[in-house]
Amino acid sequence: MKDSELIVQGAEARLYKGIYLERTCLMKERFVKNYRHPELDARLTKDRIRAEARAIIRAKSAGIATPALYLVDLERRRIYMEYIENSTVLKNFIDENISGKMDVVHLLDFIGRGLGTVIAKLHSMHIIHGDLTTSNILLKNNSIESLCNNQSGAEAQFVMIDFGLARMDSTLEDKAVDLYVLERSLLNAHCEVPELFSRVFHYYQQHYQNKKQCEEILAKYKQVQARGRKRLMVG
Amino acid sequence: MVIAIGFEGSANKLGVGIIRDQHILSNVRHTYVTPPGEGFLPRETAQHHRKYVLEVLQEALDDAKISLKDVDVICYTKGPGMGAPLTVTALVARTVAQLYNKPIVAVNHCIGHIEMGRLIAGTENPTVLYVSGGNTQIIAYSQQRYRIFGETIDIAVGNCLDRFARLLKLSNNPSPGYNIEQGEKLVLLPYVVKGMDVSFSGILSHMEEHLSKWLDTKAFTIEDLCFSLQETVFAMLIEVTERAMAHVGSNEVLIVGGVGCNERLQQMMNIMCEERNATLYATDERFCIDNGVMIAVAGLLQYKSKGGTPWTQTTCVQRYRTDDVYVSWRK
Ligand SMILES: Nc1ncnc2c1ncn2[C@@H]1O[C@H](COP(=O)(O)OP(=O)(O)OP(=O)(O)O)[C@@H](O)[C@H]1O
Ligand SMILES: [Mg+2]
Repeated sequence: MKDSELIVQGAEARLYKGIYLERTCLMKERFVKNYRHPELDARLTKDRIRAEARAIIRAKSAGIATPALYLVDLERRRIYMEYIENSTVLKNFIDENISGKMDVVHLLDFIGRGLGTVIAKLHSMHIIHGDLTTSNILLKNNSIESLCNNQSGAEAQFVMIDFGLARMDSTLEDKAVDLYVLERSLLNAHCEVPELFSRVFHYYQQHYQNKKQCEEILAKYKQVQARGRKRLMVG
Repeated sequence: MVIAIGFEGSANKLGVGIIRDQHILSNVRHTYVTPPGEGFLPRETAQHHRKYVLEVLQEALDDAKISLKDVDVICYTKGPGMGAPLTVTALVARTVAQLYNKPIVAVNHCIGHIEMGRLIAGTENPTVLYVSGGNTQIIAYSQQRYRIFGETIDIAVGNCLDRFARLLKLSNNPSPGYNIEQGEKLVLLPYVVKGMDVSFSGILSHMEEHLSKWLDTKAFTIEDLCFSLQETVFAMLIEVTERAMAHVGSNEVLIVGGVGCNERLQQMMNIMCEERNATLYATDERFCIDNGVMIAVAGLLQYKSKGGTPWTQTTCVQRYRTDDVYVSWRK
């Protein structure tokens, strides 16, 4: 990769932007975590790079917006992918444009529709993202102008990233937990907009193809949620 | 100057602590220790608390060199915890409040750990890892609540360590997790992290399933298993803590709860913090293990901001989430 510059230092990876085969490319390097046992560190890193690569490929082939995968280098703990130009991390977008603002109903609906549809698609393909937060979703910058006239294409504006915790052969429980993780992360990160998750969930159900399975996920989700509420917390 | 007394008895530790504003005057604890291989049950634990509560109370008063007349506010643990033991300490607290005609404050146990940790360690707005026998939560404050960013989706980390220790019949004194020694060979165990949530029950069942085979074939020693369990579960905890810090942009961590005394956990957290230029705050076992002072500290904050708890609400609840509490005393 040429002309690479560090753009973000995440929790477990450094992300570089550069040129690879004449394309703008993002390189994500999962650095060694010294706090954990070296064998455990090596195994987790390999698992996650593999998971990320597989999930990206699978999602892409299902027509879900993700960066295209370019190259995997397990030896150097790196993954190379398409750099998404002109995008904003969804968390920042919400903080800047929604939290504490008036007249945001249509924006919220747009986000709910986009996320709900994308996640329904992922789950229909049995892809569990594993870390659904607004930090792991990019929103294309030009989407705001097109948002009012083109409601149906909302989901194409949301690019899913960070598939390191993704899993494939998923059970109903996995899908329910994926939603539960998202719900809690939305509540915590965006407590000023408590209605966000219900918007997402509404469109999720609307766009989940297999209605019977969707019912089952819903039932499981309620169980998972109740477990969290009812957990005895002794000590 | 306000003097507060705190009564804690939500699990197997019975504690009474006294503070004058932010100064600790006394902190007395009596632990119900069960035989190897056994956990503590509500009925026996409540019996233990009943037997020792007056003794512990007297000792706390003597250490503080005050009498109950000098106390300004009575604080007790409302929950979460085991019903029967909770009731014992609540009953004593309510009786004292009535006898001496003092205001009473009902305190959430988890909030007690957090406020005590903030006070003792001197950190203003940390990301909190709360790890104990019954709790595993990653907490950050925002908008009048301690919000739970991550938590266990099944059993608590302390419970996982204790149950494993019981499986091996390690001693429960002072706590089963404490007797987990160091081995050197790492066994690969299920490592389950979902977003900022963790899951431990799979590890336990995996251990149960393979234990006799591992030991019989001498593939691994008991020490190796303890070592591997510890390395695995702690790595999970550090990982989700770091993810929460990255998510909220925080550079302070506070570890509270009984498992927080573990030196390996603190060491791992410290390495993680150093690598991201953050600071770790931890307390020692006088304070990270359940105690009365933590209840007094949180109770006093609550009292100073909005007064005592109405008498009819001075009950106990077994389930009481950290994020249920409206935190009126912080900005
Ligand atoms: N393909 C991409 N194009 C543009 N920007 C990206 C791309 N991938 C990641 N980023 C930027 O980098 C940030 C971090 O990326 P990512 O979530 O993959 O790493 P991370 O959070 O460190 O990973 P992990 O959670 O596995 O530690 C994103 O929030 C985004 O700003
Ligand atoms: Mg990320």
